[in-house]
Amino acid sequence: MDKAFYVCTICPLSCEVQLEIEPDTKEIRKISHNRCPKGKDYAIKEFTSPERTLTTTVAIEGGIHPLIPVRTDRPIPKPLMHDIMRVSAQVRVKSPIKMGDIVVENVLDTGANIIASRNM
Amino acid sequence: MKTIKTDIAVIGGGPAGLAAALAAKEQGAALVTILERNEELGGILQQCIHHGFGLHRYSQELTGPEYAQRFIDEVETSDIDVHLETMVLEITQDRVVYAMNAKDGMMRIEAGAVVLGMGCRERTRGALRIPGHRPAGVLTAGAAQRFVNIDGYIPGKEAVILGSGDIGLIMARRFTLEGAQVNAVVEIMPYAAGLTRNVVQCLDDFGIPLKLRSTVVHIHGQERLEGVTIAEVDDSWNPVAGTEQYVPCDTLLLSVGLIPENELSLQAGVEMDAVTGGPLVDHRMMTTVAGVFACGNVLHVHDVVDYVSEEAEVAGSAASAWLQSEKTQVPDVTVKAGEGVRYVLPQSIDSRGEAKLFLRVTQPQENVVLDIGGLFQLKQRVVRPSEMIQVKLSRKILEKLDSNAITISVAQEVKAVG
Amino acid sequence: MQNRHFDVAVIGGGIVGTAVVRELSRYTLRSVLIEKEAEVGWGTTKANSGIVHAGFHDKPGTNKAKYCVPGNALYPALCQELDVNFRQNGIFMVARTDEEAELLHTYLEQGRENGVPGIRLVNAEEAVALEPNLTKDTKAALDAPSGGVVAPFELATALMENAEDNGAELLTETRVEDIAWDGTSFTIQTNRGSVTASHIINAAGLFADRIAAMVDDTSFSIVPRKGEEYLMDKAMGDIVERTIFPVPTGWTKGVLVIPTVDGNLMIGPTGETIERRDDMATTAEGFAQVYQNVKTLVEGIDPSKVIAPFAGIRAASDRGDFVIEPSSVCPAMIHAAGMESPGLTAAPAIALDVVRMLQDQVALTKKPDFRPRRRPVVRFHQLSREEQAGLIEQDARYGRIVCRCETVTEAEVIDAVKRGGRTIDGIKFRVRAGAGRCQGGFCMPLVMKILSRELGIPMQEVSKRGGETYQLKAAAKQFLTVEEAVQ
Repeated sequence: MDKAFYVCTICPLSCEVQLEIEPDTKEIRKISHNRCPKGKDYAIKEFTSPERTLTTTVAIEGGIHPLIPVRTDRPIPKPLMHDIMRVSAQVRVKSPIKMGDIVVENVLDTGANIIASRNM
Repeated sequence: MKTIKTDIAVIGGGPAGLAAALAAKEQGAALVTILERNEELGGILQQCIHHGFGLHRYSQELTGPEYAQRFIDEVETSDIDVHLETMVLEITQDRVVYAMNAKDGMMRIEAGAVVLGMGCRERTRGALRIPGHRPAGVLTAGAAQRFVNIDGYIPGKEAVILGSGDIGLIMARRFTLEGAQVNAVVEIMPYAAGLTRNVVQCLDDFGIPLKLRSTVVHIHGQERLEGVTIAEVDDSWNPVAGTEQYVPCDTLLLSVGLIPENELSLQAGVEMDAVTGGPLVDHRMMTTVAGVFACGNVLHVHDVVDYVSEEAEVAGSAASAWLQSEKTQVPDVTVKAGEGVRYVLPQSIDSRGEAKLFLRVTQPQENVVLDIGGLFQLKQRVVRPSEMIQVKLSRKILEKLDSNAITISVAQEVKAVG
Repeated sequence: MQNRHFDVAVIGGGIVGTAVVRELSRYTLRSVLIEKEAEVGWGTTKANSGIVHAGFHDKPGTNKAKYCVPGNALYPALCQELDVNFRQNGIFMVARTDEEAELLHTYLEQGRENGVPGIRLVNAEEAVALEPNLTKDTKAALDAPSGGVVAPFELATALMENAEDNGAELLTETRVEDIAWDGTSFTIQTNRGSVTASHIINAAGLFADRIAAMVDDTSFSIVPRKGEEYLMDKAMGDIVERTIFPVPTGWTKGVLVIPTVDGNLMIGPTGETIERRDDMATTAEGFAQVYQNVKTLVEGIDPSKVIAPFAGIRAASDRGDFVIEPSSVCPAMIHAAGMESPGLTAAPAIALDVVRMLQDQVALTKKPDFRPRRRPVVRFHQLSREEQAGLIEQDARYGRIVCRCETVTEAEVIDAVKRGGRTIDGIKFRVRAGAGRCQGGFCMPLVMKILSRELGIPMQEVSKRGGETYQLKAAAKQFLTVEEAVQ
C-alpha cells in the first residue's frame, strides 16, 4: 500500500493527514490522522485534483507601475500553474484598468479568467 | 513654510493608516489628513500580490492589492485629505508634524491628535552579522518582492532563502513561478516561522526543501553571490561543526524578522515596549504621549492584515473621541505577559469598559489553556508564535476584577483532549 | 586612452593616490589617476576606521611618526576646503589596569616627542567625568584632543573631484597589467590599452609591491592584514564623544570604540595577517573578539545594534613602516606605499612630500588658477527646517526623500551622480542613501532607478560596486519567455 501525506491548511491545527493508496488502481483505502472531517475532504481533494488560485502580474502601459497584479478568479488545477504563468508573460494591457476587469478569458480552457486585482 | 491645521494626522497610508483615518472620520473628526511617503496608498499590501488576505474580516481570500483597494475606494469617496510622496521628518510631543513633499514643500502640520501607522522594516544581513563576503545578490525578501511585483525585475535565477517568515515563503513561490529556482529555505528554529498554509502552498507545492534548525554561516562570492554555506545549529543556535553544506545560488533572500519603525515615535517621546519593539499603548491604542496613538506594524508585527485593520479602527476612533473630549476613560489596569506568553497588547486597559487583547505565545503547543488573570480560562487546541491570539474581555468579566493587574499565561490543560 | 602621454600617472585611487593627484593638480602638469575599481576610494580606504590620529602611537624616527602629526594638522583646513565632514572629537587611550596606567606615560612622552598638541594624562575621575560610559575599570586615560574622525571614502572622492576640477584625469575600471621604462618614460599597459607617463606615483595599496616589481623593484613587499569592523545604529552614536583606544598589547592599536563623523558608532578593527588580498570576509570569531574587547572599555554597547559588518585589508609593508621614497631601481617611480594606520591621517602630508620628491627630479610650476574649493555639498538632513523649506522651493527634487533612514533627497542623489557616483555603493558612500539602519532595503530600488535614468543604462546594468556586482539578473517573466523560446 502506498502512502501520501497532506498537511491540512483549513485550520491552525495543521493535521498531517495520511492516505493509504492502492498502488495499481490509485484508490484511497484509508484516511487517518485527521482530527475533523474537513481534513479528510481536504486530503482527498489534494490527492485527486488539487487546485490553487494563481496570482501574478502582467505588463501594463500607462500605469503608475510597469506591472499590474492579477489573479485567477477561481482556483485552477495545480499542475497548470506554470503554463498559466507563461501565458501571463505574454499579456500586455493598457491603463486604465479596474479591479475585477478580465485580462485573459477562460485561460487555457480552465474556465477561470485572469482578472486585475487592483485599479491602475 | 506652510502651516496646516488638522484634527487627526495619520502617519502612513498603509492598511493601518487607511483604517484609522476612516474610523476617525466615522467617529466625527472633521479634518483627517493622511501623510504617505509612497506615490500611492496601500502601503506594503500593493506588493503583496498573493491571496489570503481578508479571511477574518470579509470571509474571503483577497490579494493584498484587493484588500487595500477596498479601503482606498472608501478614502477616495470621503473628504479625507491625502498627501502622497510625503515624508514625515519629525513629530513633536505637542503633536506638530513636520512633513515635506515636492509639491507643497515643507509643511508644519498642527494636529489635534496623531495616529502612528508607519509600519515596519526588515531585519538586514548586517543586523544578523552573517559572516562572509559582501557580494551583490543579498537582499531582503521584501525588497525582492518589490522588484519582482512592482518594478518588474527578478534579482536572480537561483535563490536560497534565509528565514521561513511569511514573506520568505511567499517569495519562494514567486521566484519559482517566475521561472527561477529556489534551492532551499533555511530556518534556525525547529519549526517554520510562517503560516502552515504558506509552507504547504509555497514550498511543498514546488518541492522546495525547508531546512529547519539550520542557518547560513558563510556568504561566498566577491562580486555577485556564488553560494552560501549552511549548517545545522544546536540548542543555543550555534552552528554545529561538521554539518556545513555548500549550496550554490546567485541570490540570498532574507526573511528574518520585521522591526517596527519607531524612529519618529521616539522623537515624539513615546515610550517603547522592549519585547514588541513598538509603543506602550492602552485600550485606546494611545501611547504614553497624550494624543498620540499607534496601530499596525509600528505597534507590533502582525501576521494577518485583518487584525491590523481592526486595531487601527480602535486607534482612529479613539483618537477622534479623545479629541472631542480629552476625558475618555483612562486605563486603570495593567496587562502583563505571564508564563508562555511573549507579549500582550494593549499593556493597559480600562476595567470599566470592555477590552480586546492581542497576544503571542513563546512556543508552539497543543492542548493548552490560556489563563486570563484568573478570571477565566480559554482552551486552545493549538497555539503558535506565528499566529496572534485575540481575547475579548467583556464588561461583565472585567467587573469581577479586583486587582489593578491582569497576567495572561499559557498552562497545560489538565485533562488532555483529542 | 591609447598612447596618451601624461607627465605623472598616479596608480591607485585610495586616500593616498587621491591626495597626491589633488596636490599635483596645483601644478601645470598633465596628470592622471589610474584606478582598477569603478570609483576611487574602493579598496582599503573604504573600509578604514576613519580616525584622524593624534600621533602618539608611533615611534619617533619612523615614517609613520614623520607624517602623522603634520597630516593631522592639515585636516581641518583640508576638509573645510573640500567641504568634507570632519570632527575633532579627540582621542582617549584608556588604561584599565595599573600596569596599563603606567604605560600611558610612555605614550605621553612619545606623543610629546612627536609634537602632538595638547596631549595630557587624565586621572580616572576626570576620564569618567568626560566619558561617563567608560567602564568602572578605568584607571586613567591619555587625552589627545587633536584626534578626529572623517569619512575616508568621502574625503577620497572629494580630493579626486577637486583634482578633476583642476584638470587632472581619472581612469576607472582600469587595471595596470605591466609597466615598461625606456629611460625617459613609462609605458603603462592596462586592461583598456596603454598610456605613457614621465613619472609614476605608486599608490597602489595592496598591490603596490606588484607595481614596483613591474620595474624590477623588489625592495618591499605588502603583507596584507585584515581588519573587521562593525558599524552600529545611530542610536549608539552618543555613547562616547571621543574615540576610545585601549593601551596596545600587541603590534596593533587594538580594538576601538569610534563615534563616526556621520553619527554612528563603530567598533573594531581586528588585525589578522592573511594570505589572500581579496579576503574581505567577516567572521563570527572576528565579531566575538571585537565585542569582548570593547566591552572592557565602554559600557552599554548593544550588539543587536550592528547594522553593517565589513572588513578591509591594510596594505602594510614588510618593513613595518610606510614606504615613501623614489624607487631605488627606477627613481622616476615614487612609492607611496606600505600604508597602514595612521595612513589616512598621514595622507595629506605624504602627498606634499611626494610632490617635493617629484620636484627634486623635475621643475614644477604652480597654476595661477588653481581652485582649492570643491563645489559645496548640500546635506539636507543637517539643515534647519527653514533652510530645507527654502531648498524645496528652489528645486522640487529636494522635496522627494529617497532614503528615509538618513533623510537623503533625490536632488542629493542626482548631484552625487554628477560628481562621479556610478554605483549603488558609490551613492551610499557619497550621500549616505542606504547607509542607515535599513541598509538600503527601502531606498535601493529608488537609487537604482535614479542611477539608471541619470546614466542612461538599464536597471540590470546598475551595479553595487562595478564589475559583476549587478543586483538584478533579468526583467520579470524573462526566465519564462526564454524557457519558452528554448522549447
